Amino acid sequence: MSTLVSIKFSRRAFLRTSSLAGGGMLIGFNLFTACKPKVEMPVDISKLNFNDFNAFIKIADNGMVTIFSPNPEIGQGVKTSMPMIIAEELDVPWDNVYVQQGILDTKNYTRQIAGGSQSIRFGWDPLRQTGATARQMLVNAAAARWGVDPAECEAKQGIITNAKGETLGYGDVVNDAATLEVPENVVLKDPKEYSLIGQDITNVDIDKIITGKPLFGLDYKEEGMVYASVLRPPSFGKVLDTFDDSEARAMPGVIDVIRIGQKARELLGKEEQNWTVKLSDSDKVVVIAKTTWEAIQGKKAIQATWTEGTPLESTDFQDKRLLGLLDGKVFTTLRKDGNVAKAFEQADKVLERTYESPFLPHNCMEPMNFFANVTEDRIHLVGPVQTPADAAATVAEMLGRDVADVHLEMTRMGGGFGRRLYGDFVYEAAEIANAIKKPVKMVSTREDDMTTGVYRPAIKYRIKASIKNGEITGYHLKEAAINDNMYGLIPNFFPAGTLENYQVDVAKYDSNITTGAWRAPYTNFLSFAEQSFLDELAELMDKDPVQMRLDLLQKVKGTTDERIEYSPQRLEDVIHLVVEKSGYRNPKPGVFQGFCAYYCHNTHVAEVADVVIENNTPVVKKITVAVDCGIVVNPLGARNQIEGGIVDGVGHAMYANFMFKDGAPESNNYDRYRLIRMNEAPKVETFFVENTLSPTGLGEPALPPAGAAVSIALKKATGNRIYKQPFINNMMAKEVIG
Amino acid sequence: MPTYNLKINGQDHAVDATAETPLLWALRDHLDLVGTKYGCGIGQCGACTVHVDGNATRSCQLQVSQLDGKSITTIEGLSNDGTHPVQQAWKAVDVPQCGYCQAGQIMTASAFLAKYPNPSEEDIKNAMQGNICRCAAYNRIQKAVAVAAEKMV
Repeated sequence: MSTLVSIKFSRRAFLRTSSLAGGGMLIGFNLFTACKPKVEMPVDISKLNFNDFNAFIKIADNGMVTIFSPNPEIGQGVKTSMPMIIAEELDVPWDNVYVQQGILDTKNYTRQIAGGSQSIRFGWDPLRQTGATARQMLVNAAAARWGVDPAECEAKQGIITNAKGETLGYGDVVNDAATLEVPENVVLKDPKEYSLIGQDITNVDIDKIITGKPLFGLDYKEEGMVYASVLRPPSFGKVLDTFDDSEARAMPGVIDVIRIGQKARELLGKEEQNWTVKLSDSDKVVVIAKTTWEAIQGKKAIQATWTEGTPLESTDFQDKRLLGLLDGKVFTTLRKDGNVAKAFEQADKVLERTYESPFLPHNCMEPMNFFANVTEDRIHLVGPVQTPADAAATVAEMLGRDVADVHLEMTRMGGGFGRRLYGDFVYEAAEIANAIKKPVKMVSTREDDMTTGVYRPAIKYRIKASIKNGEITGYHLKEAAINDNMYGLIPNFFPAGTLENYQVDVAKYDSNITTGAWRAPYTNFLSFAEQSFLDELAELMDKDPVQMRLDLLQKVKGTTDERIEYSPQRLEDVIHLVVEKSGYRNPKPGVFQGFCAYYCHNTHVAEVADVVIENNTPVVKKITVAVDCGIVVNPLGARNQIEGGIVDGVGHAMYANFMFKDGAPESNNYDRYRLIRMNEAPKVETFFVENTLSPTGLGEPALPPAGAAVSIALKKATGNRIYKQPFINNMMAKEVIG
Repeated sequence: MPTYNLKINGQDHAVDATAETPLLWALRDHLDLVGTKYGCGIGQCGACTVHVDGNATRSCQLQVSQLDGKSITTIEGLSNDGTHPVQQAWKAVDVPQCGYCQAGQIMTASAFLAKYPNPSEEDIKNAMQGNICRCAAYNRIQKAVAVAAEKMV
């Protein structure tokens, strides 16, 4: 593993600078790909074409710096941490930095996405290059003014100093710097020199959040804006037949009732964007009103009839279907090492277990909503979406317009968790706006949100392993899922590479229920299945579960298999750290500890859950976590992600259940869907492995191990293994609860 | 449509709305006070919490016709400039992730601490368990309430 990874950029394509008419310097840069070679920078910021760049630094002649943060903010903290990386290399006091949300470029760039815990990982090099290049230009300008060699000058905290000790502020030379050539070969700082990266920096939107300022999509307003509430099919599989809107039309505030769906359906079969969700084949009824409440009330008054288009699924059916797939013979093999069947034949012992999970809705606290205004000049879209580029492109295609007409503004998002990767609510808003020719905000209710979601699908895993002469000789993982199977390098995660005979097989069936990514897709449940299984396997082998992992990791060290992305050394490091910090070797009396270690989203994590028995009930008290995410850019924000990810993981493993009956979800709001609350939340203690490796993201990787660690601790506390989520329905702690 | 006079953050506001319009939507859509958030509409999540005569109340469950003579405080009126000890504690602890539920959390915490200035850990957990944070920033919310309690003594 190398230390700092650097990517070479052609600086001419990557960076553009210009002087601003009002004084100061503007640096535009293409964060992720530089595929548009010739872009002119304007002299007046009001004439800036935001579509040409996806991030900017503006340095004013008073030395104040504005950094436009390019990626959507869903609560993962990139609006703070990405500008921190620029400010570090630019070397300015953080107090002089003002952060603004950048705008979408729909044309040229590929990764203005919040997803996969990848913003920091992919941003690390270009953000540093940009800050360092700007700093060098300011130094060059100061050196020219003094008539000295730039190498004799040093820039620190917004001040440039020469060999004689003379100083100039960035603001003093910024107008000169803007006229200079963009330098090649700038020097990046050694991590030892960092004065901002590694410091605890408060969320840049904190003042607005604590005072209730408009920040979110739901808060956005425009003069003349109306509100829309959408009646969608009550069950997956039903399609709209007729509706009677006479009662709704007579209600206060109701302006219009329209039928939509046709435009969006025309997209089916056309070239899809990466994040286009499978669209409903039903029309929808939309009530337009003066206020949100009136639109919602109007929708309730619509009398609609529905016909059955495709079969209506219930949870029983899904369970049988998935178990049938696991029992069957039709699989796609994603990884195959050696011969597992032979290993099983020759084994002393074989362990086989099946693990089951329900569907999960995302339940972002801010329900799906979007603003749209479609005029002849442009399509104006404002709101919370994790994949703004795909949403804009799809809307343009749907309405038969040039994507250059689409002006999409990203708001802060009241949660994403994967739901806002899919732009269905953006297309709906645009289709409504196009029909009514008014600025409109489409607002989903909680019930709409929960019952017409893009769910994590129910998944079942079956794992079988063989033991011979006290060693694991074979490991066979089978997945049965709905609509899609695990992807990418997941089949090559630990314990892949450690065993001679190893196989991963997947099968699926297609359902009419819309499914998609949910925070840490697949691994959010796979981790529980595999780590619980390894714990049970260790028990069967009479081995210490920690030592068992360490022994396995020895076998993959030095592997030449490029699919093995995890680092055995880094996984070993987090294991040792969590064992030390959790007191795992000497647990306190009455504390039952569950250990697991996991790698996903490029980050290595190990967790120990502490369970105690209170009032004859097992209670999850604490999770100790060790994380290797490389350089920790903003420890304050990083710890927040880890604490939240773990409590989220514990909550969904413990309580979340989402069942279907005849195509309709059986829960539609928080009275019948249980989310974890403060009195149930364990305390999280976070420890980082310190190193100078390039940073990786933290939005997801702390979540998957949490359910696993808890299930293993619950086994110790109650004597019962858990194979099914939610745990609360399957704890069967008979000895304890009696 | 009838007119209701609401006293919000010390000022009188006239709202033209049907009697059953929830205070939440009157605040957000009629009066542009969007700091109070919609989360569930059935009083389960706490995102819409405001103070009514000093008590933490779910604004989605209150109708505009029920508020005659009541004094309502929203997140916008908790302090002039974010200086209430609870708001300051939220900043000191860096509580928010997405931030959407935080106005409701702050309103619940501030009403609670006004009545119980010296809470135990268990008191805090019980007082705050009606407010869902989907990002699950519960460790920090709990800590911030404790920090605010210290400042308010």
